[in-house]
Amino acid sequence: MEHQRDQPVTLLDVRDLQVEFHTRDGVAKAVNGVNYCVDPGETLAVLGESGSGKSVTAQAIMGILDSPPGRITGGEVLFRGEDLLTMGAETRRRIRGAKMSMVFQDALSALNPVMSVGAQLAEMFEVHEGMTRKDSRAKAVQLMDRVRIPAAKDRVGDYPHQFSGGMRQRIMIAMALALEPDLVIADEPTTALDVTVQAQVMDLLAELQREYNMGLILITHDLGVVADVADKIAVMYAGRIVETAPVHDLYAAPAHPYTRGLLDSIPRLDQKGRQLYAIKGLPPDLTAIPPGCPFSPRCPRAQDICRTDRPPLFAVSHGRASACHFWKETLDER
Amino acid sequence: MGRYVIRRLLQMIPVFIGSTFLIFFMVYALGDPVAALFGDKAPDPATAARIRKDLYLDEPLWKQYLHYMGQILTGDFGTAFNGQKVTELMASAFPVTLRLTIVALLFEIVVGIVLGVLSGLRRGRSLDTSVLLITLIVVSIPTFVSGYVLQFLIGVKWGVVTPAVSPYAPFGELILPGVVLALTSLAYVTRLTRTTIAENSRADYIRTAVAKGLPRHRLVTRHLLRNSLIPVVTFIGTDVGALMGGAIVTERIFNIHGVGYQLYQGILRQNSPTVVGFVTILVIVFLLANLLVDLLYAVLDPRIRYA
Amino acid sequence: MPEPEPYPEPRAVDPQPAMDAITPGDGGAMTLATGDARSLGEGPLPGGPGSAKSRSLWSDAWHDLRRNPVFLISALVIVFLVLIAIRPGLIASGNPLQCDLAKAQEGSQPGHPFGFDTQGCDVYTRTVHGARASIAVGICATAGATLLGSVLGGLAGFFGGWWDALLSRIADIFFGIPIILGGLVFLSVVTSGSVWPVVGFIVLLGWPQISRIARGSVVTAKQNDYVQAARALGAGNRRMLLRHIAPNAVAPVIVVATIALGTYIALEATLSFVGVGLKPPTVSWGIDISNASVQIRNAPHMLLWPAGALSITVLAFIMLGDAVRDALDPKLR
Repeated sequence: MEHQRDQPVTLLDVRDLQVEFHTRDGVAKAVNGVNYCVDPGETLAVLGESGSGKSVTAQAIMGILDSPPGRITGGEVLFRGEDLLTMGAETRRRIRGAKMSMVFQDALSALNPVMSVGAQLAEMFEVHEGMTRKDSRAKAVQLMDRVRIPAAKDRVGDYPHQFSGGMRQRIMIAMALALEPDLVIADEPTTALDVTVQAQVMDLLAELQREYNMGLILITHDLGVVADVADKIAVMYAGRIVETAPVHDLYAAPAHPYTRGLLDSIPRLDQKGRQLYAIKGLPPDLTAIPPGCPFSPRCPRAQDICRTDRPPLFAVSHGRASACHFWKETLDER
Repeated sequence: MGRYVIRRLLQMIPVFIGSTFLIFFMVYALGDPVAALFGDKAPDPATAARIRKDLYLDEPLWKQYLHYMGQILTGDFGTAFNGQKVTELMASAFPVTLRLTIVALLFEIVVGIVLGVLSGLRRGRSLDTSVLLITLIVVSIPTFVSGYVLQFLIGVKWGVVTPAVSPYAPFGELILPGVVLALTSLAYVTRLTRTTIAENSRADYIRTAVAKGLPRHRLVTRHLLRNSLIPVVTFIGTDVGALMGGAIVTERIFNIHGVGYQLYQGILRQNSPTVVGFVTILVIVFLLANLLVDLLYAVLDPRIRYA
Repeated sequence: MPEPEPYPEPRAVDPQPAMDAITPGDGGAMTLATGDARSLGEGPLPGGPGSAKSRSLWSDAWHDLRRNPVFLISALVIVFLVLIAIRPGLIASGNPLQCDLAKAQEGSQPGHPFGFDTQGCDVYTRTVHGARASIAVGICATAGATLLGSVLGGLAGFFGGWWDALLSRIADIFFGIPIILGGLVFLSVVTSGSVWPVVGFIVLLGWPQISRIARGSVVTAKQNDYVQAARALGAGNRRMLLRHIAPNAVAPVIVVATIALGTYIALEATLSFVGVGLKPPTVSWGIDISNASVQIRNAPHMLLWPAGALSITVLAFIMLGDAVRDALDPKLR
């Protein structure tokens, strides 16, 4: 708790973030007013389908949004109380990689194919800490040891394609954690991996997070992973947060029909033989998000008000909110 | 790596035999070198037969080819019909063309890559648009047109350089011809570099590098350039052959006595040993350049090295 | 001097961007079972090239092309050139072979806007009539090289094996001969000055380039899931090639062929310039430029008009190819 007193402000506080993409078919509103915060040592899982804006939000936070076509049109990203979006480019660069870093989904394409993994790791120390090449090489070996890559010393000169998928993702993690950042964003870190390896990599990430007391934003569409490691969850739909809750509350009783649909579509052993639930319909076209609740066309509970009035985030209980006009009814359903 | 080199060398052999045989066939089978030797006069049959025998021209073509290749392997490229040794002609011509090619290559590499990188990094801006437009125009103007126009403007009208090159062709006099020779390739190199830079700058690993907080110059030099230049290197390597072959036109414009000049004379006078000899050397140069590219490729791209 | 297009490997065009992933998450994995696999952020945007609303590659490309000024201008120029190649009399009524030595090298005058050349021929008439040879060589050589190259390369890519290996080696042999050099050697034995030997030569040295592209894009198309599926459903080779692979592999070939057309025209002019291509009495820009080059100091107009016409023609075809490539290859945008 010593740690907490030094930092009276939240580690990361995203306020009303808005991101647009300019496409040939018009302006796609990828992120429409996202709010979330992360404290040191805390894990926030951001859940949503592809296209829900979860990755775009993360890219905006990191400052690696492809622009053009992407553009941040509003909001604040407060990192230790300072707005990253208004910061100078150079100041922001120094934060990237050192104070906040990112683990990408596909390590094979995210690592430079023509540079040895050792050089790619060592680079972090050379650039941010001004270390000599020799010292940073030694650091790279230590890091590879730390993420439990066998024979790290012999493999430091190897190239990404010479490693297995799991090992590559460990290197990716080592790179993200090299300078012991305060915040790590992991964008579907295990999706590209074999099921057997997924758990090992996730455990490693969770272990290192505890060790360094980092804030972690875990972007995923895998509800199974979330239950094990997250403290709280933000569910995104069409560029908005539709429900946010402490992880156990959400699993016990969702307060938004979309979350409910997600939970119901998980196959469960005790319901073997029954038809699996699927949310009907498709996510909305982001260039023409319907008025009212964007989920209303697919919602089993939708009423007239849902098609006309956009629901704000209603406070459900402490640390819990739902963007549904009928959150009470949804909550009581089970 | 060693196995890779050997495999590439072995693959070159059939290509070498095929290309040289094709040239040999065209020159010896379709033309009549002996008749050409005597020009308008009808040759004395006995002399003609003797010459044919000396040159193995009475043998079947494949035997002639084998014989010729056997000679070449011992360094004997035969004698031109005017009595001069083909190797002597080569000794005077190749250094000139080599200097010309070096000037062109340097120009192509330096200017092409710099322009390509700059416009690739500024995709869609005015610099990029004008580079694209200019390269398109340059590609469209055939070398012999740009050669004459530049020679006229720079050499004659403004008198910046001498319009014709002296027989020894020192580097200084070869700058304008080198530029002319390089122009088309230069435009291609620029466009290719621009494309690969633009493509690679959207690659995932570049996004990673940005997320690592690397300064821009390091991002470009260490991550972007090395990946983007791999296809460019390939193109430049294969271009060496095209440049030396294309020097025929440039050498004619600037009256340079290099390979193109000798070849042109050889063809005009149906001087078969000269033609086949020079072409054989050019094919070898071309193949060696390709091999060099393959090796360079392996150095630049570890995925190939360990394949 | 035309070079091979700088594509060591064909840049395969995504054959069916509209075909969204219809594969659901692998069974049992705890993924969101919400049907569609649209992606944003990690991939193309909705409405972008990745998931267009059931637009095909071709209609998408056409949609782009109609709005592309580069395409419109180059297409207009080409239509004009083809027109005067077919009917030069439309804009130049004179006879290009009727010359008056008394007027040799005279400059512009009424009725003869481009002046006269060394033989006293009207440069304007000759420039207009020169289009025919260039366009004819360009179109015939491209058609021949594309047909030969795509059939040979396509079959090699489809069947693979020894045929593929053999064809690659043969293509390598032709690649091993620098093109102008080859032209000098091959064409110097031909006495005819008509377009056909030149067309034949360009086809001979041009097909390997097309065949590499065709081979590459067939190999890419073959690996697509829906092609594998068609194979699994028992489609025969013929049906596979014609119905499933060819439509998806032609785009890169079309792009390369269009650009090649421009370079072939330049190549013809270069060969004619060197003296082994077209020969008089065929009217050709290459020949006229060659003749004019001797007198460039005295009468530059003789060189500039045919040279300008040649350059604009080549430029138009290369620009057309460029525009078509941009439209067909969303990845390069």
